[in-house]
Amino acid sequence: MAFVQLLISGVALGCIYALIALGFVLIYKATETVNFAQGELMMLGAFGGLVLMKSAGLSFWAAAPLAVLGMLALGIVLERLVIRPILGQPQFTVVMLTIGVGYTARGLISMIPGIGTETSTLDVPYKGQVLSLGGAVISVEQVAVIGMTALLCGGLYLMFRYSKLGLAMQAASQNQLAAYYMGIPVRRLNGLVWGLSAAVAAMAGLLLAPITFVHANMGFIGLKAFPAAVVGGFGSLPGAIVGGLVIGLVEAFAGFYLPEGFKDIAAYVVVLVMLVVKPNGLFGGALRKKV
Amino acid sequence: MRFIFKTDYDQDIRLVKHSGQAFWYGLLLLVLLAAPWLLGEYVLSQLSFVLIYGVAGLGLMVLSGFTGLASIGHAAFLGVGAYTETVLTAHGWPFPLSFAVAAGLSAAVGVVVGLPALRVKGIYLAIATLSFGFIVEEVLARWESVTKGNAGITVGSPQFFGADLGSSEAFYFIALGVCLLVTLGVMNLLRSATGRAFIAIRDSEVSAQSMGIHLAGYKTLAFALSAAIVGLAGALYAHKLRFISPDQFGIAQSIDLLLLVVVGGLGFVHGAFLGAVFLITMPQLIALAKDVLPPAIGQATGLQAVVYGLVLMGFVLFEPMGLYGRWLKVRTWLQLFPFYRKGMFRRQKSYTKSERLK
Repeated sequence: MAFVQLLISGVALGCIYALIALGFVLIYKATETVNFAQGELMMLGAFGGLVLMKSAGLSFWAAAPLAVLGMLALGIVLERLVIRPILGQPQFTVVMLTIGVGYTARGLISMIPGIGTETSTLDVPYKGQVLSLGGAVISVEQVAVIGMTALLCGGLYLMFRYSKLGLAMQAASQNQLAAYYMGIPVRRLNGLVWGLSAAVAAMAGLLLAPITFVHANMGFIGLKAFPAAVVGGFGSLPGAIVGGLVIGLVEAFAGFYLPEGFKDIAAYVVVLVMLVVKPNGLFGGALRKKV
Repeated sequence: MRFIFKTDYDQDIRLVKHSGQAFWYGLLLLVLLAAPWLLGEYVLSQLSFVLIYGVAGLGLMVLSGFTGLASIGHAAFLGVGAYTETVLTAHGWPFPLSFAVAAGLSAAVGVVVGLPALRVKGIYLAIATLSFGFIVEEVLARWESVTKGNAGITVGSPQFFGADLGSSEAFYFIALGVCLLVTLGVMNLLRSATGRAFIAIRDSEVSAQSMGIHLAGYKTLAFALSAAIVGLAGALYAHKLRFISPDQFGIAQSIDLLLLVVVGGLGFVHGAFLGAVFLITMPQLIALAKDVLPPAIGQATGLQAVVYGLVLMGFVLFEPMGLYGRWLKVRTWLQLFPFYRKGMFRRQKSYTKSERLK
């Protein structure tokens, strides 16, 4: 039964990676820039939920949507203030800029008196409950992660497939100039995409919080979501989900079957192998750079 | 106001362009040589750190600043150099030999990383180097028979055929010597065909390729050279700290190195040293500011991270050419006074250049 338990915990962890990777890919598809602060956005979302519950005394069901909405707004503001002024510069510039954003966010959070430097728990209603499924013990927290990820993916699929906004985002990511000529406000859309990916990151944070803890350095998990995005192919949304699951499962099984130490680097070994074997990822098309 | 009349093609690649440069850099060298007698123990030790980080910054500059390849795992090479030096010193090797081996081994590792990295570009390269950095850190932590793992390892003082060069003055001169050699080497590299090929690759891979530059070869060479220089810095770093452990060569150190080159000025040799000065003096300035600020802010643990983050964002947004770029502007303003015009250093109008072919 250890196998089933490993499978479930791997998938649950993979879902978190997938959600963060989804944020990377959303931004990458829209603006061809990579957000190194995605993990920190996740951390901010989790802290948002924590503060709303602890200081404002809201219930989890009220605090979680508020935190996600707050992060949506923060994402839009962030894009307007720091990303838009340097759009069009080399990718490396944005990488440095978002690393700076991440540092600042982490530092500011740890300055909050009381909870900033503490490792706190997020009291979700389903905390500590377990399901036993034919001998395997599965915690509800992990089931919640998997269920929410599935719901979110379904919602995003419907949005990109059927809503005007989703179609416009797709158009803009395929060809910005053509989309602009068709009357799509590309810049406003870019802002919304940042908001959307911040909101997705916040959800990941709120889902991850019961499994681990809420602390200022939890954003480092975002660095493991890069392998997920690369394995799936950086420009593909389904790829991000699959990549996240692959990384989560590899990590769970490497932690159990391989010697100590392999768990932490399994994701990076996988991504290096992937870059050598298939640099465009599982779902990425072969692209050539234009002159 | 100085007018330079070009009467010879050699003038374009001469290391010392005019007598003013000869005077100021000569003066700088004299001051650096006299530093152990002029400065106190503490300042001298900080100056040694500046030299070490300057060398490391030059290494990353060769890769990021001149060849245009981003690396978020360069602390790994620092680690390889540091541990090689530690092990060889423990075996009693003289320092010039062990430094050479540290640089060589680091370069070899650099080639190994460079090979998969050649197939990928842009963000994929950044992620490949990031992954590599994590893997090296883990290997250093787990290979306990050599590195003593997370407990850390004590570093002996540099040996030179029986002579023990452990005093801080002796170390300072070793660091200064290495730093001078590396700086001259990099400046010579930049005026050679190889260096120009690097810069061509940075500016446009496609154009470089069509001019007959072998991309894979030059990129691997850039990786190897960069890793070798950073490995040298790592060897110095080990002797300076006297005690090293794997967590000193993690992602935080890699980002510090990136911060160094960006703040100093990407693409300038001076930038590496200005960045190193910045990186060493910043924590001290923050420590000074702590006394002035209200305790709620001053005593917070995250203050340094916030300052670093804001400085990085500020430079990327407002002064992409870094500290050295700012100095160039000030110098031009002084030289041309009162004729400096606002847009003289403005970057070319840039559009979102898509990397997709659709």
